[in-house]
Amino acid sequence: MTNQYRVLPGPEHFLPPAAASMGIRLPNPGEAHIHGVIVPEEQALEEAARQFLMAKVPTIFPGPLVLWAWNEKAAKKATAIRHLYETIKECVTPQQQAMLIPMPDYRPKYPKINPEVEINPNHPNLTIWHNKIDCCMFVGVHCHQANLSLKIIRGGTSCYTIAMCAQAGHEDAMLSFRDASAEKIMRLAEWVRKLKGTVKVSQVVSKSGASN
Amino acid sequence: METTSVIGTKNKKGQVYTDPRVMMNEAPRTPSFFTGSEVIKEAVRRASVDVMIAYPITPQSEAAALIGELFAEGYIGDYFRGESEFAVMSECAGAAFGGARVFTTTAGPGTMRAMENFPMWAGARLPIQCIVTCRGINSPLSIQPDTIEISYLMQTGMLVWHAETAQDFYDWIMKGYMVSEEPDVHLPLALCCDGFFVTHTKDVVNLTPADMCLPPYDPYRSPVPCMDMECPPVRMMRDPFVMKSNYISYATHASWQQEVWAAIERSRKHTIAWLDGLIETENADADVLIVSSGTAVSQGREAIRLLADEGIRVGLVKIKTLRPWPGEEIREATKNAKYIIVPEFNVVGWMAREIKASIPNSDRVIAGPHVCGGMTMPPEIIVEQIKHALGIRSAALAGRGS
Repeated sequence: MTNQYRVLPGPEHFLPPAAASMGIRLPNPGEAHIHGVIVPEEQALEEAARQFLMAKVPTIFPGPLVLWAWNEKAAKKATAIRHLYETIKECVTPQQQAMLIPMPDYRPKYPKINPEVEINPNHPNLTIWHNKIDCCMFVGVHCHQANLSLKIIRGGTSCYTIAMCAQAGHEDAMLSFRDASAEKIMRLAEWVRKLKGTVKVSQVVSKSGASN
Repeated sequence: METTSVIGTKNKKGQVYTDPRVMMNEAPRTPSFFTGSEVIKEAVRRASVDVMIAYPITPQSEAAALIGELFAEGYIGDYFRGESEFAVMSECAGAAFGGARVFTTTAGPGTMRAMENFPMWAGARLPIQCIVTCRGINSPLSIQPDTIEISYLMQTGMLVWHAETAQDFYDWIMKGYMVSEEPDVHLPLALCCDGFFVTHTKDVVNLTPADMCLPPYDPYRSPVPCMDMECPPVRMMRDPFVMKSNYISYATHASWQQEVWAAIERSRKHTIAWLDGLIETENADADVLIVSSGTAVSQGREAIRLLADEGIRVGLVKIKTLRPWPGEEIREATKNAKYIIVPEFNVVGWMAREIKASIPNSDRVIAGPHVCGGMTMPPEIIVEQIKHALGIRSAALAGRGS
């Protein structure tokens, strides 16, 4: 069966399908996927860096698995994520606004969430809409909760989603890595630095700014 | 703790935690003559199970009681009896939420009584393994084999596999944990067999060494937090997407359900690798194919032999997994078949319905023969069905004749 489905920025549908149910398969070790197409990991690192540099509001969403130093690897990853954020901030123009917004837990907080300071997997679109985020990366979020977020974001916003997954990756992201490590995150930061000044900021504006 | 870090070390019983691929595919096998229930016990002995919860009333399988012996011998972390099948499955959930590798068994009315728990397990992404030794479910009571309960399990969000033989059962118990505990899958597995036919008959089963066992479950690879009482899926009733009526609440719940079924899709890759495909075929280029699962496949094999003696060539498609459903594989395997015969041990013919929904020209599917309520399925009635399809006259097996 030829798979025609591609995982693209939305808004896709009132209730978009899970990409896995549309035939999108997860990458094997050493690979990643872009829009559902399996690619070498290095190609995806370059593309993710490009997407960050193109975005008006490139944002990292760190989840509980990296927000708490529950083991040595988590602490190292958190340091790498901070480094990536600082690198993006350094490499974008003054018109762009890099953000780092945590997903501290998974308790539904609607309607009380403060979308400026946190994101929640049950209604992640609120944070995307409020901050006009047009490119984001999830890291350190439990896989089930990350998939919920990624699908809801694809359904209702035009945000470009990236997953830096420590396990097998996410079909519901537009670009997904697997087996995330501090080293891999640092390599992404290197790509951001390498591409600095070579990428034009996106001119696409949807109905309500970065997303609708 | 990372699972790989314990490979080569010993557990408290002196079993060596072994790379599962080495254990299942390369380790020497010893032929042994066991009942299906005894085979379950031997698989569990090697599966590093933390908790087994039993409701051992069912006469369908002695497995729950036999695993109690394993606990007494020290092979299982904890073992206790629930006050009903519903309680057992709820307690299994509690143990799995806490990060344990959990095993249980059920059958027939017990499956139905526990049914509320199965979609809950799937929604909570708990990789519990439940052996279902299928039997009749309706009144009047029957303890005989009947596969109708599988049709209910297929809609729960669990992985559902259907073993044909005791050897399948032995291997798939261990392989089942390997698939269902993958972080991108992480779903419960209903490992079904036709009760009595598989559980109470003896067969030669090639066992892996008793001093080898699977590495323990690593709950830190779970796609949901382990036992977080404040976050879904644990804290259900105070959470807005359960209690509120608005688009966000509905959309979250819908996405949650979709994610469960997406996880079944992801299990394909792992299942194909472990079970060597979701189906198995024999003479797939024949004009007539028998397509089924469980012991209906065994009876189909015998019918094929009987027909071969008469010069009639018939092929076979054995379906190993029902969830994930091997739709593409069945389409490919049956593309040239003129007649697709689907023998089943249930009255409703759920397997034939699934196959019809998966292939073009579904009028090729002949839903039958059916038996149920514990009847056996003599291969001769499959032969008769095939001859009828081919327009060959044959005497009716049981009845007043034609």
